[in-house]
Parts: sequence; C-alpha cells; structure tokens
Amino acid sequence: MKNILEVKDLHTSFFTHLGEVKAVNGVSFAVGPGEVIGIVGESGSGKSVTSLSIINLLPFPGKIVGGSILFAGKELINLPEKEMQKIRGNEISIIFQDPMTSLNPVFTVGNQIMEPLVRHRGLSRDEARQKAIEMLAMVGIPSPEKRINQYPHEFSGGMRQRVMIAMALCCRPKLLIADEPTTALDVTIQAQIIELMKDLRDKTGTSIILITHDLGVVAEVCSRVIVMYAGSIIEQGNRRDIFYRPRHPYTRGLLRSVPGIRAKQKERLKPIDGQPPDLLNTAAGCPFYPRCEHAMLICAEERPSYTEFSSAHKAACWLYHPLAPRVERSI
Amino acid sequence: MNREEILVEVSHLKKYFASRPGFFRKRQTVVKAVDDVSFQIHRGETLGLVGESGCGKTTVGRTIIRLYPATAGKIVYAGLDITNFTEKQMFPLRKKIQMIFQDPYASLNARMTVGDIIGEPLDIHGIAAGRQRKEMIMELLNKVGLSPEHASRYPHEFSGGQRQRIGIARAMAVEPEFIICDEPLSALDVSIQAQVVNLLEDLQSKLGLTYLFIAHDLSMVKHISNRIGVMYLGKLVELASSNDLYQNPLHPYTRALLSAIPVPDPDTADQKQRIILEGDVPSPINPPEGCRFRTRCRHARTGCGESTPEMKEVEPGHFVACYLAHDGYSG
Repeated sequence: MKNILEVKDLHTSFFTHLGEVKAVNGVSFAVGPGEVIGIVGESGSGKSVTSLSIINLLPFPGKIVGGSILFAGKELINLPEKEMQKIRGNEISIIFQDPMTSLNPVFTVGNQIMEPLVRHRGLSRDEARQKAIEMLAMVGIPSPEKRINQYPHEFSGGMRQRVMIAMALCCRPKLLIADEPTTALDVTIQAQIIELMKDLRDKTGTSIILITHDLGVVAEVCSRVIVMYAGSIIEQGNRRDIFYRPRHPYTRGLLRSVPGIRAKQKERLKPIDGQPPDLLNTAAGCPFYPRCEHAMLICAEERPSYTEFSSAHKAACWLYHPLAPRVERSI
Repeated sequence: MNREEILVEVSHLKKYFASRPGFFRKRQTVVKAVDDVSFQIHRGETLGLVGESGCGKTTVGRTIIRLYPATAGKIVYAGLDITNFTEKQMFPLRKKIQMIFQDPYASLNARMTVGDIIGEPLDIHGIAAGRQRKEMIMELLNKVGLSPEHASRYPHEFSGGQRQRIGIARAMAVEPEFIICDEPLSALDVSIQAQVVNLLEDLQSKLGLTYLFIAHDLSMVKHISNRIGVMYLGKLVELASSNDLYQNPLHPYTRALLSAIPVPDPDTADQKQRIILEGDVPSPINPPEGCRFRTRCRHARTGCGESTPEMKEVEPGHFVACYLAHDGYSG
C-alpha cells in the first residue's frame, strides 16, 4: 500500500518579536489510503500547526523551516500558491473546530458547498446544485432541497458542522483533515457527528487525520494514534497499543488523568504535575522531562530517539534505551 | 458532620427571561430557562448538575446565588428564605456562598494583581487589613498550590489552570461553606483538569465545603459528585446518587446522554450500542407540551404530550420525571 501522505522531519516555527517559537519540532508520520489517524495532545502541542502546515495555511508569522511533506508523491512545501489552491478543498480538505466562524454568514449554505464543485470540478451551477443537495442528504440534513437556500445562522451548531463536512467531502478528497470537529458541540450532537464520521470512513474510503484532545473520540474512530507533546511526536502506535500498552510516561499520565466512567469505587485522579513547557525557551533534552516522574539525568541533556516496540508502535523516551535502569510498570 | 442536614433547598424554581418587544419583533417572547426545578443539597456533599448547553444549568446556579432574581419558586439557604432578599440582606450571606466561574480568562480583572484579586473579598467584607491581609493572601495562594511571589503578578502571566486556581483562592478567601462551581474545568486541558479536581476535593475534605458542580463533562461530574441531577430544556428530569445514575439510568434522555460519552477504551467503544438522539434540542421559547423530551424520545407515547411528568421517587433516593420509568417500562 502506498501512503497518501508522508510527513518527514517537519519543523514549523513562529517568528514573534520575543523570538522563535518552535511549534512543530521534527514531526514525521505517514497516512495510508483509507486510514483514520488520530493526533492527540493538549493545547500548544503543535497538532493544529502540523495540519495547517500540510495545507499551507499557516497564519503570520508562522513558517515552515524544514522537512518534507509528500502528498501522493508530490512535495507540498514551497509549492506555488496557484498549485496549492488546486489541491486545497479538492484533494485535501479541512474541517475546522468552530462551525460558527468557519462558514461565511453572507452566502447561502448551498452557495458555499457549490463553490469547490464549480471551481475544482468544472461543474455547471445546476449540476453543482444537484450534487450539493446530494451531499447534504448524505451528511444527514433533513429536507436538503429547502435547506440549501438557507444561511448559516439558520442552522444549529451540529447542523453547521454537518454542512462543513459536506463541503469538505464534495470533491471526494483523498485526505480529510478534521481539526477538533466535535469540541464546540454538545455530547449528544458530538455522538451524531462521530457516527457520521465513522459512516463516511466506511463509505467513501477517504483517509482522515482527526485532531483532538479527547481520548474518547480517538478510541472510537481512529485506527492509529499519534501523541504529541510540545511540538514533537512522543509516541505513536495502533489504537490498542496506545490505550492498552502505552509506553511514554506522558501517554500514561494522560490516560490516568481521565476518570473511568465504569469505576464503581471513587479513586483519586492522578494528574500530571506542572505546566506544559514554554516553547520560546526550549531546553535541550526531552520536552516532558520537567513533568516526568521517571526523569533521569540524561533526560535533561539529550533528546531521546525513538524506540520501536513493533512495526507500528514507537515512543521517544530514554526509559527504553537498552542501558536504562528497569522500572516497575505503573499501568 | 451531619450529612442529613439540608443546606440549600430549591423548590419549584422558575426563571423566565423576557425579551423586550422591539422594532423587528413586536411580540414579546419569553424564554423559560428554568421551569419548575426542585432539589436539595445536603451539607458537605457535592451535587452535580449536568445537561447540554441551553438546558438551564448555569441559570439555576446563578439564580441560587441571586445574580438573577427568581421568577417564581423558593430558595432556602440554611433555613433562611432568601428568594426575595434585598442586596443588603444578602450581603452577610455572600460570605457563605461563593462562585467559581467557567472562563478563567474572563473572570479575573486583568488590571489587578493576583494579590489584589484575592484580597478584594477580604476588603469588601472587612475581614483583614494591613499585614494580616497580606498573610492571608499568602496562605490562600499556598492552599491552592501557587507560591507567594505570584501575588504581585497579573492574570495574563498565568496559564489557564493557574488562573482557575486564582479563581478558587478568591472564592476561598471569605471562608465560604457553599460554592457553586460553574463549569470550572471546561476551559482546561485534560492533564490540568485532574489537578483542579483534586484541589477541589482536598479543599472539600479539609474545610467541609458543600459544592454545586455544574458541568457538561459527564465523566468528571461522576467522579466528583455524590448525587447528580440531569437537566433538559429547563427541567430536572432525573436525580440520583452518582453510582445509581450511571449503573441504572431511568430517563431515556439520561440513557442517551450516557451512551453518547466517548470512552477512552477501544474494546468498550467497539462493543457499545449507542443511542443516537435525532435532531436538536427544541427552542426554550416554544418548548413541546407535556414531557419536553418527547419529540426526541424513541419511547414516546400518546400520554407523554398531555401532561408534564412529575419527579417521582421510583427507588430510594432515585427520582425521575418520565411516565415510562414510573410504570417500570412496562406497557
């Protein structure tokens, strides 16, 4: 199987007046056809910047400093804007977190869904309209013929997110990037959107990168999981690897700090102490070292390299170095 | 501590918001944000209040603390009927009831130092001045896990979790007995949420506090609460101990809500049968007649539209407002 997307050693920085903020610091991963990958991390971990780097929509003063992004064999970094526009919304689509602000309030919903169809696929307005109605029906919007002429303010939050998904999928992209698609929604509406995404995954065969901070959402839809911390991937593996055999202390901490819904006995939560690091003054060594309960001397001095546990599962932690002292497993 | 002592009693509380008839809308509309809600909070316990946005949970909290005047109903605090208290009569009670807000970015005055923010309630209630005031501020900072040198800094210098700690210190300054926590975690990262939950639990066990914990994150609510009330469209639909509610939910809405939570456990997630609610929450301006949930309920029958089901104790301590649950789901 050939990979749809290959990101290699991506470095993205924001050049602020205070200095360089290394938002993404050496990220490498690949997405296969039809695969759903979850990127999890806390705010500031670089998950959104990674996705914006892929479609080259970085806000000022952000800049890709190094690395390579291969999409279907084509290098996306330094691609002229004209070329990029042909890919964006056509072969790679993105859904943003906030459906309230990512739709244009002065155009009808139909108009906005038709735009990529007319632009990329060269459909006539009538054909595009037909297709848009089909798309709205596919994402579960009732009476699409009527809804297509309405404006975004006439839709609820969940419905707007459905419109966003319809718009993103109308050109049958090879890759869909969903950046926190359910964060702004209520639980029961979130469940609707998750079911819809699962359904689309099975029906359309589009590869999906799902960016979220919610471990539950990842467990429900993704087959592979990437855990990011302070701009780096600290662990990646198959869904079961990450949830049942987490290796990196940060992944373990993250899983421990959410209360088990099935737990009958009340247990005290085990938070990760401290704060996420300041990306302006990154020290040498492992970015998680100041908050890590297993930190060793080397952790402060040198960045750990990846240890592979299986062909899919790897983590960047000194604990798994052959020379490291053995510790009791805490999970 | 006497767990049976009732600290807060809310009976048949209603809060309607009327829109003023204006240029565009000649007729006056009334939003029934809270419509006939009754519950009790025992001294020393944590009562969780959950529901989706717009269900009225925040309005309940704000009406109890008298930020909104109640439209009808009664609020009794420690034996005093405070429903129609004047601001002057409320003043001594403000020392006993405090609130922690959702957004730690908006609820702290950006122009005041942290020391002054925490010191302000001390000044208002004339608790301490001069050196004593300073000592108390240091002590409070210590209590919430911040250090004394933070007193001279401004809110923007802190992260979300730290700001929430400042908000908690401010609430603690007057040594309250009852604290309304209005979504204190929703703006925080996962690993930081657990820190704040532990802090709230520590303070409760040390100082014997009573909490009303308002949230939409059901797993955290289950963890922190002794009893939980579920709200839908301005009504309380179910009230039970947190274990009962999660083991044996009786209201169809509670069942759907619980099944909608994404679980961070792949095997459970794969096996789970999810109840997907169709559509959106109806508008609180024109709520459905009878049971408000019947338009989205898959068990709805003819009787549900005729009269509003009352809260009834179907098992000891387990109240539910649903005709089907009253009949034990027979028929």
